[in-house]
Amino acid sequence: MKELKLMKGNEALAEAAIRVGCDAYFGYPITPQSEILEYLSREATNRTGMVVLQAESEIASINMVYGAAGTGKKAMTSSSSPGISLMQEGISYIACAELPCLLVNVNRGGPGLGTIQPGQGDYFQAVKGGGHGDYHLIVLAPNTVQEMADFVKLSFDLAFKYRNPVMILADGALGQMMEKVELFPQEERTFSDLGWTTIGRRKGKDGKVITSLYLQSEQMEQINIGLQKKYDTIRKNEVRYEAINCDDAEYVITAFGLISRICQKTADLAREKGIKVGILRPITLFPFPYEVLRKLADKVKGFLDVEMNAGQMVEDVMLGVEGKVPVEFYGRMGGIIPTPEEILEVLEKKLVGGTK
Amino acid sequence: MTTQVKKDDKHYTEMIKKEGICINENLVYEPPRKVMYDVSMHYCPGCGHGVTHRILAEVIEELEIQGDVIGVAPVGCSVLAYNYLNIDMSEAAHGRASAVATGIKRVLPEKYVFSYQGDGDLAAIGTGETIHTCNRGENILIIFINNGIYGMTGGQMAPTTLPGMKSTTSPFGRDVKVMGNPLKITDVVAQLPGTYYVTRQSVHKPGNVRKTKAAIKKSFEYQKLDNGTCFIEIVSNCPSNWKMTPVDSNKWLEENMLPFYPLGDLKAPNGKGE
Repeated sequence: MKELKLMKGNEALAEAAIRVGCDAYFGYPITPQSEILEYLSREATNRTGMVVLQAESEIASINMVYGAAGTGKKAMTSSSSPGISLMQEGISYIACAELPCLLVNVNRGGPGLGTIQPGQGDYFQAVKGGGHGDYHLIVLAPNTVQEMADFVKLSFDLAFKYRNPVMILADGALGQMMEKVELFPQEERTFSDLGWTTIGRRKGKDGKVITSLYLQSEQMEQINIGLQKKYDTIRKNEVRYEAINCDDAEYVITAFGLISRICQKTADLAREKGIKVGILRPITLFPFPYEVLRKLADKVKGFLDVEMNAGQMVEDVMLGVEGKVPVEFYGRMGGIIPTPEEILEVLEKKLVGGTK
Repeated sequence: MTTQVKKDDKHYTEMIKKEGICINENLVYEPPRKVMYDVSMHYCPGCGHGVTHRILAEVIEELEIQGDVIGVAPVGCSVLAYNYLNIDMSEAAHGRASAVATGIKRVLPEKYVFSYQGDGDLAAIGTGETIHTCNRGENILIIFINNGIYGMTGGQMAPTTLPGMKSTTSPFGRDVKVMGNPLKITDVVAQLPGTYYVTRQSVHKPGNVRKTKAAIKKSFEYQKLDNGTCFIEIVSNCPSNWKMTPVDSNKWLEENMLPFYPLGDLKAPNGKGE
């Protein structure tokens, strides 16, 4: 029997963390994602024995995740934009030490203390690095409460498959809004010796070390080459996207996260007017579906990229389109979510009108 | 029985020939080779890190917990502690060793977990983590090496640099009006209800080495009791950055550091100790 519930995005994510058998959550309150810490504090330890600890800061949280992830346990943290900024040093260490873990950013409007309203201004930070050095997170962008839950499971699968931190990049609206969600059944918390982990020295073997320090340049370069090879494998194997009505589309709207659903309404309105509009929603922001865009660019008249920021993913869209057709951008900032009509107007003015 | 010297280590083989000191017949006692790798350390001659590593290894060997202990190395001179200690270890970001140790201990509560941190790491950039780890009473051991200076970066002022003490960033001596006072963080954590055992020791004389070793041993034993954080400050030296010979540095330590950082238990399970 299906287990259906009406839940907030943040709560669905937290519930999924319990059900996937997550071992430890370390976090610090920040709006609009505090429900994750609250929900886990209330539910998790009693049900599965999961460790839930409110740390003194996001800096402590991410370093607790680093410690726990180094043992091979399923560890996670969540925060919102300013808190994620504080974590960047630790995330860079985790990426270099290749520790599997889940990071959740319920993005709010910035920069600075910004607003507690939803935003997508952390795309660059999440996708292009964020912390110091050459590294990538695997970044998943849900657009429903259902995906807030499902992507927790997917994240841990990918994190352990590649020994790489995975980030779920949501936004404040997705975290706060309620939707129907079908929950997957409770999974056992399991623990196995992964070999590379710090769980106490194994008999007859030298102690294992979790580190990101390599003082010899040649060695550090080799570490980097290894990471880049891994990212190439991820680019090859893990691209995920949703293409809606792109087959006969003359124009394609690109959008990630919640805004992609608003754009779907725009596409419906456009088709009522006889304008054939499709939607391309990247689900993985890293790896990015460049190849899909490359192919689409050969057959459509133009792209409109819509984001709740000043234009970040649009740079990746342009890379995919390779200048073959126009790529226009429309964004709102400060926590404002554009309406379908507003987007349609831009589409008609900038693309349909412009290419006629 | 072989000498604990690698045959391909030219430096040592030459030294053996010249000085005639590293020969089997002269071997009085050996390093705890189960827990310490047979490599030469990068620490400067006379530095307290080498002695502290050794007694830590001895304790781990004596308690037979090599397979049950996980250490956390800091950023600082002891960043490479895992190159010397044959145990599972995690390197932490600057100041965050106690948070990393918390993460490990929380998911592996049956293991022995310690962090090994210097004064800059523990009492400047990591003050928040130190205080909150101790205040939560994380069931770990924190070993805190206080030599009043930033060693690895080349002798800058530390949070524990004494008033009037010269460093590369207090070249005319620490002026407390401008640079603030040295932080006696061990006194602070002793006040927190989460700490179980807080002591200040040194390794500058054989008697002190023995006392410090006893403190480390006790702390690992206390970890079984799950009563809170054990915190050992080790007042140490930095001959290179103090610009002294090892012998002079230990003398200076005794005359200057110890009056300001007096040795002894600040908090012991059975009332205030020695």
